[in-house]
Amino acid sequence: MNPMNYIYLSAILFTIGAIGVVIRRNAIVVFMCIELMLNAANLAFVTFANIHGNLDGQVVAFFTMVVAACEVVVGLAIIVTIYRSRRSASVDDASLLKR
Amino acid sequence: MESALFHLLAPLAVISALGMLFVKKAVHSALLLAWVMISLAIFYIALGAPFLGIVQVVVYTGAVMMLFLFILMLVGVESSDSIKENIAGLRVSAILAALGIGTLFVLLIGKATLGFVPAGMASANSDGNVEGIAGILFTQYVWAFEVVSALLITAALGAMVLAHSQKSAGASVSQRALATLRFRGTSLATTAGLPNTGVFARHNAVDVPALLPDGTPAPLSISGVLQARGDIQDDRKYALGTFPQIEPTDKKSGDE
Repeated sequence: MNPMNYIYLSAILFTIGAIGVVIRRNAIVVFMCIELMLNAANLAFVTFANIHGNLDGQVVAFFTMVVAACEVVVGLAIIVTIYRSRRSASVDDASLLKR
Repeated sequence: MESALFHLLAPLAVISALGMLFVKKAVHSALLLAWVMISLAIFYIALGAPFLGIVQVVVYTGAVMMLFLFILMLVGVESSDSIKENIAGLRVSAILAALGIGTLFVLLIGKATLGFVPAGMASANSDGNVEGIAGILFTQYVWAFEVVSALLITAALGAMVLAHSQKSAGASVSQRALATLRFRGTSLATTAGLPNTGVFARHNAVDVPALLPDGTPAPLSISGVLQARGDIQDDRKYALGTFPQIEPTDKKSGDE
């Protein structure tokens, strides 16, 4: 099978994640959509590693996973902190600068 | 085989990812995302990256999604999205822009030509995928590996600092103070503990107050939660109007 099909799938998943980041309000769901985008990028890396027949793409995907894990830990801690002070997990409610 | 796997799983993954956008509850979104990640792990294994496939399951589907669900439970499962748009036309314009960029991606990929036959992982994985990755991870990428370890430690510390909450000073009362309050308080009545529900009462249910020895109901015996919810029975119904007579009256009359 042509491995470019995986690249198409990766592009579609990335687009869906991007839509989700913009239209959803719940900060946790927005975060999950960011994870979806990171996963789509990972799929592209692994597919290109397969196309070129070396392991560098897989190592980069591995690093992406580690960095994404760090990002999830810090991001969720920030969400919990905001929730604790504002009692809301909606991204629209954190608008101190506007008022 | 690989083609059949792809054509079976890829539509499912796309449908779950789309479902993530449209389901109301965040928990359902999380479960759909977990499914997308599992199918990506299967794709990794099919693409000749078994190590990454396993790591995907362990790190993403295991650890990251567990963390997401944990925070969801903490923040409140019921916190569903508001439908109201704060910025007019945001949703429509966002979907249009995203469709535009998606079309651009797909067209670009369709236009691209590789110029060579896809190599496949057979030669790269000749002495094992894990061994191959370890070989270049600890030689060529060893510096990036060390930096990533520092990043992990920093992230763990940062999360601990962010999530740490200081207890208010008045919140914790020492056991000694509690004991003093109990024995030298205003009344000795509750020294031996609060009365249980239904003690001496006519019903042995949790929402029926206990009766004190003098026949009056003891509202303290009902759990505070029930009181707050208003699920408490009317205790006057269960009060004994007068003391029950210990000696029957007709015996008394027989004496006379």
